[in-house]
Amino acid sequence: MKSFLIDCRVGFFLGLRQLYRSSIWTTVLIMFIMTLTFLNLVVISGILVGLIEGGNIANRKQYTGDVIITKRAGEPSIERTPELLATLENMPAVERYSARYLKGGSIEANYKTRKDFNALPDTVGAQIAGINIAKEDALSGISDYVVEGRFLDPDSTGEVVIGANMLRRFSSAFGDGFDSLDGVYPGDTVKITVEDRTKEFRVVGIVKSKVGEVSFRTYMNMNDYRTLANSTDLNASEIAIVHNGIISDEVLKNMLVSEFGAGAKIQTATEAIPQFLNDIRTAFSLLGNVIGGIGIIVASVTMFIVIFINAITRRKYIGILKGIGVSGRAIQGAYILQSLFFALSGAIIGTIIIYGLLVPAFAANPLDFPFSDGILVATASGTTTRAVLLLCITLIAGYIPARMIVRKNTLDSILGR
Amino acid sequence: MILSWEDNVMIQVQNLKKIFVTKHVETSVLKGISLSIPEGQFVAIMGKSGAGKSTLMYQMGLLDHPTAGTIEIDGIHTDTLSQNARTKLRLNSLGYIFQDYALVPELTALENVMVPLLMQGLSKEDARRDALAALVKIGLGHRHGNLPSQLSGGEQQRVSIARAVAHKPKIVFADEPTANLDNAASKVVIEIFRDLHAQGQTIVMVTHEPEYTTYCDRIIHLDDGLVVSDEIRKH
Ligand SMILES: Nc1ncnc2c1ncn2[C@@H]1O[C@H](COP(=O)(O)OP(=O)(O)OP(=O)(O)O)[C@@H](O)[C@H]1O
Ligand SMILES: [Mg+2]
Repeated sequence: MKSFLIDCRVGFFLGLRQLYRSSIWTTVLIMFIMTLTFLNLVVISGILVGLIEGGNIANRKQYTGDVIITKRAGEPSIERTPELLATLENMPAVERYSARYLKGGSIEANYKTRKDFNALPDTVGAQIAGINIAKEDALSGISDYVVEGRFLDPDSTGEVVIGANMLRRFSSAFGDGFDSLDGVYPGDTVKITVEDRTKEFRVVGIVKSKVGEVSFRTYMNMNDYRTLANSTDLNASEIAIVHNGIISDEVLKNMLVSEFGAGAKIQTATEAIPQFLNDIRTAFSLLGNVIGGIGIIVASVTMFIVIFINAITRRKYIGILKGIGVSGRAIQGAYILQSLFFALSGAIIGTIIIYGLLVPAFAANPLDFPFSDGILVATASGTTTRAVLLLCITLIAGYIPARMIVRKNTLDSILGR
Repeated sequence: MILSWEDNVMIQVQNLKKIFVTKHVETSVLKGISLSIPEGQFVAIMGKSGAGKSTLMYQMGLLDHPTAGTIEIDGIHTDTLSQNARTKLRLNSLGYIFQDYALVPELTALENVMVPLLMQGLSKEDARRDALAALVKIGLGHRHGNLPSQLSGGEQQRVSIARAVAHKPKIVFADEPTANLDNAASKVVIEIFRDLHAQGQTIVMVTHEPEYTTYCDRIIHLDDGLVVSDEIRKH
């Protein structure tokens, strides 16, 4: 035990001086490589996961809330909606909720300027959403996604906000697979048809989001919706709920399932994530791990070469130290200290860059991805795990060459043969 | 000084043989050497190049394993010692001075001398104090912060001597310590050996120069792996 402590002390003594008396540029270069390795480890997988995570966060914020209730397959709507809403109103854990009433219909535009009545009218199929304007905006902040004009006033009538994906000038990115309308600016009027009833509405705004459900719908006041759809059905198609953060999504879901589960499909935001996003996420995190794994191998090979070259060029001195009675363990300790220093400085500088620079930069300028705004996901636990991994790997990669050289015959090392 | 039976024997070598075996040739370098060096003796080993002087030093200094024969250091049979025990014995009982100084380049003069002291378990302060004392003794107290590259050859060799003796070893081995030095620097080194000897240090030194053996108690001549003369001197 005592000799172990002495070995550590002497190893530290030797390693420290080797570090600060070696060429500063070599040291900086190795630190730079270790920093890049660490960034490679964290940032690549962080961006890949962040592309999906950005989508999930937006989905939760703008569409599903923490828990989303939809109609059961084969049913027209959510059963006992009024009771359900009354229950939500009285649940202390529920912060906000919004019920949405949906019906398929169509929108016709540019009919006033249409000259050739033999040509097809400018019509597009649409999902018409009747909402409580104040409640929906409180829940999803939908008014933030208005890109032209304004959102509906809480007591507006005869007005609609159209999802950008209905309009050609926004949706050309999707190719010609989707029908879309020409023109249509705030202030224009459109004819909206649900079943066989048609009414004219004034467009007051265009809403655009990467969450498909937001961008493909056309929003109007509940009363307008009821009139247009000729519907007195109080049962909604969709209810999004946000809780107060004290309970979990699961708990809230289970509370609702016991009472209303028979007449509706109740899912947490995570469960409601579209399957394709989950598939991409799995593929991306696999890809991230593969790239990270290659990064780890590169880091360990780098460290191995650095320590090997360092030790082999100093083989004579290693021999002399052994000759004058310094234990092999102490000499190995000197090299372990050096690899530890390089790995640690890489991890620390890398962490500073990630949290001080990259995460805020990605948050301010998300990656523009077709279905999400990609952010950089770097959780504390994930980053720590990778730092520890890097440390362990470089320790081993530094220890092995040091041991190889230290184990060589002392006299041969001194004499250089 | 005359070797008598009551003197404490520091090194006891018996029928020592060293044969280097390579793929094609067997080189018999030491062919049966026996000697006994008492405590406090200053021994010079001489002989022409290739006689086996360095090889003998490496065996006695526990840096190499002989092919046959035994070596006792201060009563300890070394042939059965483990690698670790040999390292410990080198650390605690032996001091080495190499022809090319062999200082660790990234350690200052003082730090070079401190290493064996630290390894012996001394605190940093104690090691520093003892190392500095050793440097002052060989006249390099004022250069203690210099790296080896910032010292002359003679100064480096003196630091190397300080490193070899600071931990008060039982035996100091020096293989041609003056070979790389000019006359003046060599004289300084030899004077240091004389002082150490005067304090009772056992020293085994290989040299080619008869004039540097002036202070030696004994001169052993090797030729072709055998002792050809062993002369005790009286001062
Ligand atoms: N590893 C080895 N393999 C084969 N032969 C060796 C080896 N080491 C030394 N020898 C041989 O042993 C002989 C003695 O070598 P040694 O170095 O002991 O001589 P020396 O007396 O110290 O000579 P010098 O005065 O030149 O230093 C030489 O002939 C040398 O070639
Ligand atoms: Mg020699």
